[in-house]
Amino acid sequence: MSAGEVAVARGELLLAAKAVSKHFGGVKALREVSLGIRAGEIYGLIGPNGAGKTTFFNVLTGLYTPSGGEIVFAGRKLVASAPHKAAERGIARTFQNIRLFANMTAAENVMVGRHVRTRAGVLGAVLRDRRTRAEEAAIRRRAEELLHYVGIADRADDLARKLSYGDQRRLEIARALATDPQLLALDEPAAGMNGTETAGLRALVEGIRADGITVLLIEHDVKLVMGLCDRVAVLDYGVLICEDVPAVVQHDPRVIEAYLGGGVA
Amino acid sequence: MGLAELRRDRRAAIAATLAIGIVLAVAPFVIGATAGSTWLRIVDFALLYIMLALGLNIVVGFAGLLDMGYIAFYGVGAYLYALLASPQFGLHWPLWAILPAGAALAGLFGVILGAPTLRLRGDYLAIVTLGFGEIIRIFLNNLNAPVNITNGPQGISGIDPIRIGGVSLAKPIEVLGFTLPSLHAYYYLFLALALAIVFVSIRLENSRIGRAWVAIREDEIAAKACGINTRNVKLLAFAMGATFGGVAGGLFAGFQAFVSPESFSLMESVMVLCMVVLGGMGNIPGVILGGVLLTLLPELFRHGAGPVQQALFGKVVLDPEALRMLLFGLALIAVMLYRPAGLWPSTRRRRELRGNSA
Amino acid sequence: MAMDTFLQQIINGLVLGSIYALVALGYTMVYGIMGLINFAHGEVVMIGALVALTVINLLAGSGLPGIVIALIGLIAAAPVCMATGFAIERIAYRPLRRAPRLAPLITAIGVSIVLQNLAMLIWGRRYHSFPPILPSTGYEIFGATISGLQIAIVVIAALMMAGLSLLVQRTRLGRAMRATAENPQIAQLMGVDINRIISLTFVIGSALAAVAGLMVSANYSIAHYYMGFILGLKAFTAAVLGGIGNLAGAMLGGILLGLIEALGAGYIGDLTGGFLGSHYQDVFAFFVLILVLVFRPSGLVGEKVAERA
Repeated sequence: MSAGEVAVARGELLLAAKAVSKHFGGVKALREVSLGIRAGEIYGLIGPNGAGKTTFFNVLTGLYTPSGGEIVFAGRKLVASAPHKAAERGIARTFQNIRLFANMTAAENVMVGRHVRTRAGVLGAVLRDRRTRAEEAAIRRRAEELLHYVGIADRADDLARKLSYGDQRRLEIARALATDPQLLALDEPAAGMNGTETAGLRALVEGIRADGITVLLIEHDVKLVMGLCDRVAVLDYGVLICEDVPAVVQHDPRVIEAYLGGGVA
Repeated sequence: MGLAELRRDRRAAIAATLAIGIVLAVAPFVIGATAGSTWLRIVDFALLYIMLALGLNIVVGFAGLLDMGYIAFYGVGAYLYALLASPQFGLHWPLWAILPAGAALAGLFGVILGAPTLRLRGDYLAIVTLGFGEIIRIFLNNLNAPVNITNGPQGISGIDPIRIGGVSLAKPIEVLGFTLPSLHAYYYLFLALALAIVFVSIRLENSRIGRAWVAIREDEIAAKACGINTRNVKLLAFAMGATFGGVAGGLFAGFQAFVSPESFSLMESVMVLCMVVLGGMGNIPGVILGGVLLTLLPELFRHGAGPVQQALFGKVVLDPEALRMLLFGLALIAVMLYRPAGLWPSTRRRRELRGNSA
Repeated sequence: MAMDTFLQQIINGLVLGSIYALVALGYTMVYGIMGLINFAHGEVVMIGALVALTVINLLAGSGLPGIVIALIGLIAAAPVCMATGFAIERIAYRPLRRAPRLAPLITAIGVSIVLQNLAMLIWGRRYHSFPPILPSTGYEIFGATISGLQIAIVVIAALMMAGLSLLVQRTRLGRAMRATAENPQIAQLMGVDINRIISLTFVIGSALAAVAGLMVSANYSIAHYYMGFILGLKAFTAAVLGGIGNLAGAMLGGILLGLIEALGAGYIGDLTGGFLGSHYQDVFAFFVLILVLVFRPSGLVGEKVAERA
């Protein structure tokens, strides 16, 4: 559980977006989007290309300042445009176009993820006192655990850029998990994966949820989302058109219209 | 790896450390006896440049922030020493008080420079830091009026030599009937501090902070998403790098007994940057190598350019000073063309070059 | 300070700024196309100045009209500069296009050192003075003086900039340059010979540098092997001030920097109650630069370039 944050009981509201808008010049990428993610669920966010999914993600993780509205996480308002604060409060993310530290090893990538939960400063680094040594050992141990958890323990000492595409996706998830998140936000994790890799990813995400971490999933692969998510929200042209369990969403005429109108995803 | 192998590795490491230690310990006597005091002086300077290069390496090599005004921090350290230990203000502070003060002041300047430049990246950062370096130099050059602080372009002379335990390093030191010449004494002092800076650099590199620096260099947005407060961590890099520069500057002032703004020109910043990049950015041994080479190479050319011409043509045809810098420039280009990642890139890069990903 | 002095500073600033702008264009063109600081560009200006001056000094006693001599000097300097620019790109930058970002910066510094010292070997360390061949008549405007030479500098610089703008906006070559700047890979797919475009960019920038070199040496009546360094620095500052990679930005930045320097030098004493004198001229320029970048990191008319670096 992340430090300094009240644990939200399973099924309670973990994150609430309240009338979130984001404009880029004249383009309204998000229009008063309100939705709620409950603790312990896998929540899917889908929509045709350009619907505003990634924009919403970037607002949620503090990368963008919303033009209007606010996001409440675990009962407290989220500080806008401070990604490191979002991570500190327990929101971890991956990126649509994988952003790893290319010239660091896989293990080091995950170790960077521990930054926000550890404290050693310059003095500790130089003197390497008992506490720093213990902390460093714990960081290393946790990194190894997480690499094992996502299934790439054997690649620990390889440079991130040397990893296969699927392994890079997994590494990014391990790095995000290293921040001890309450909410893990995955931006199109299955993009570019083959069937086997997607199945593996699905198992991984289910395992993460089983460990008590809430998952927010942006996906293009509608089949994956419908099969994996407890609830799904659909964005179209920056507007939330539907938020419900997959069975209902699948048959919602507005959703069908959005997808057929905008070309099937 | 087997236990025997591990033990052998360990033994090899100890042997190598010992060998390097002995070489470093006897070096001033060998150099002094064979090459003469001119070269020993150059070696002393090489040690100062190693400190500078390691300081800049934190900013450029680790954190990936292109700083082209780094020499300003060297200047801050040097002038602080000059002002606190010279007839300029009649102050004569001891070394143990000045060096930390110089380091702290330089670190503060590092933060002052860093704060407004945090949002800038790449080449914009380069030009702003360059401008900052020039501003410091211009102030040093002109702060002789209306109130004379820096003594302007003439610089400050008559600076107190470095004293340790009341013993001045500027004169030969008698120890148990054995005489340690001044340049040798400075060598050991600089070596000790350079080693300390190497130690701090290595410790930082393999720490939570060091990883955060490299993460910012690799991908700033991802670093933020990992919860790194990039603003503070970058400022820390500027401050740490500047601190090393401040220490080296103080030593320089005491060693030279004279400082003037000329020593802190943009060309000096460029030189230190070349040491870092040419040696192998981010790799501590590479940066040390860069510092040594770029101090020695121009001097070799300087001492070679005249005599070689004399031998070849019977007279000095070309201005030796111009010729030496010409050769130096050519060497710089050649090395970068053949080894774009530097002479001694970090193991990561080397691993990559070997294509060994197992 | 009186109105006439103010006007005089404006005139001086405009003249200086026109020269900065011409040099800044060289930096900004290269940066726009390759995303690289051509650190050695200032040295090309220096070479232009010294070659032109050498020819002009040879012809000074020939009885030809001053303007003709100056023109011959330029005709001699331009090809030398263009060849230098071409060679710089070929030797120091082209092999490093895929190298780590700082590698070409170091080779650029190397080239700069080489050119400077080559010039020292050829022309020596001394200052070369510009012979008094050009008419030195001054014109009075509201108490300020402007010389024929100064008018010529501003007018020629303006013409060159207009010409360059036309070249970039209206010609096939210009279109190819813009395409390469936008996205080299795609430009290549569309049949643009990138290597040729990059070479031409260096050559054009160097031709402008030759003109600027002649202007500087004529304006200050002096040239020496070290002049390129600080001039290049200022011009680069101007390019960044305007928004590097942007032609209009370089021109605006150049003029602005010239004005800032001239006015700064004239008024800094008054502004600081006599504490800072005109030797702080350069501080003023850098200070403004830092302020601009802090509040508008992409320069005055720059766009997304900052993201790319």
